Amino acid sequence: MNAYVGVWGNNSGVCLVEGVEFVRSLDMFGGVERSFVLIREFSTNCEYGKFPGNRSLEELLKFGVVNLDKPPGPTSHEVVAWVKKLLDVSKAGHGGTLESLT
Amino acid sequence: MQSSKEYVAVMQLHRKTNTEALKEVVSMFKGKIYQKPPVRSSVKRSLRVREVQDVEVLEYEYPYVLLRVSCEHGTYIRKLIHDIGDILGVGAHMRELRRIRAGPFKEDKDLVRMHELSEYVYLWRNKGDAEPLRKAIKPAEYIVSHLPKVIVSDVAVSAITYGADLAVPGISIIHERIRKGDTIAIFSLKGELVAIGIAQMHTEEALQTRKGVFAKTQRVVMNRGTYPPLWKKRY
Repeated sequence: MNAYVGVWGNNSGVCLVEGVEFVRSLDMFGGVERSFVLIREFSTNCEYGKFPGNRSLEELLKFGVVNLDKPPGPTSHEVVAWVKKLLDVSKAGHGGTLESLT
Repeated sequence: MQSSKEYVAVMQLHRKTNTEALKEVVSMFKGKIYQKPPVRSSVKRSLRVREVQDVEVLEYEYPYVLLRVSCEHGTYIRKLIHDIGDILGVGAHMRELRRIRAGPFKEDKDLVRMHELSEYVYLWRNKGDAEPLRKAIKPAEYIVSHLPKVIVSDVAVSAITYGADLAVPGISIIHERIRKGDTIAIFSLKGELVAIGIAQMHTEEALQTRKGVFAKTQRVVMNRGTYPPLWKKRY
């Protein structure tokens, strides 16, 4: 599959994107072994939205993820509190506790 | 986080058993198992079914057994090990536990240590170097990297953020082998995560039909207004 983003004859705000390549790289990371099938070509307007690879640090702090190695000792909850304070962010969560010991 | 997990655990046996018996009993725990959550747990204590995709003995040196387990979310490893001990007839308990995978996140891929994160924050705040921290934080799209995916048009992106389901004509690119009922991730052409949905048809049907709802929107992730609501206008 080559041309996955169509160009509609004019160049007013038509944005040829790396988006599809990024989604494929997610497949690699997530161990997904499936091909993509093209149904319809579309163009995407570069005045709206943003390629995830171009997110600034501030944007990543709002919509990002860290694969953090939690050592034995502190609970997941405590580590989340530590990360919030360290990064000065109001929202943070984790992907599940190992065991909830009171 | 409702995705599969993988663990390495140390099981301590209370009495001796031979390697063959151990491996045989451990392999009995592959597949669907019944579990009642332990007394100290964060969920309601009712009997439930969990699937253990794989469990194997990595090493055995009495009294310790090193196990690797991959299982459905919500499987209690301490309980699993206790039950293995019971069936073996020697008794066992869990000594140590480490999660080595949660959904797509593995311990051997881009894992960040707490001291590293704090160092990167120091470099950012005090040395003006944001790059190490920027590299440590991945776009949140990685959270759904293990799911089947569709990429949709700008117009569909906007409609979905206003609560619409994903219709077939809005799809640009689709993964093969999506089955009705699958949880899928919906992306914009720029690669941004728009929403999580439940497929209402197989990929093959979406390729044949020109209309209908391909996925019911389960959870919208993208903010409204990121893309203009063009679907309100008629061309």
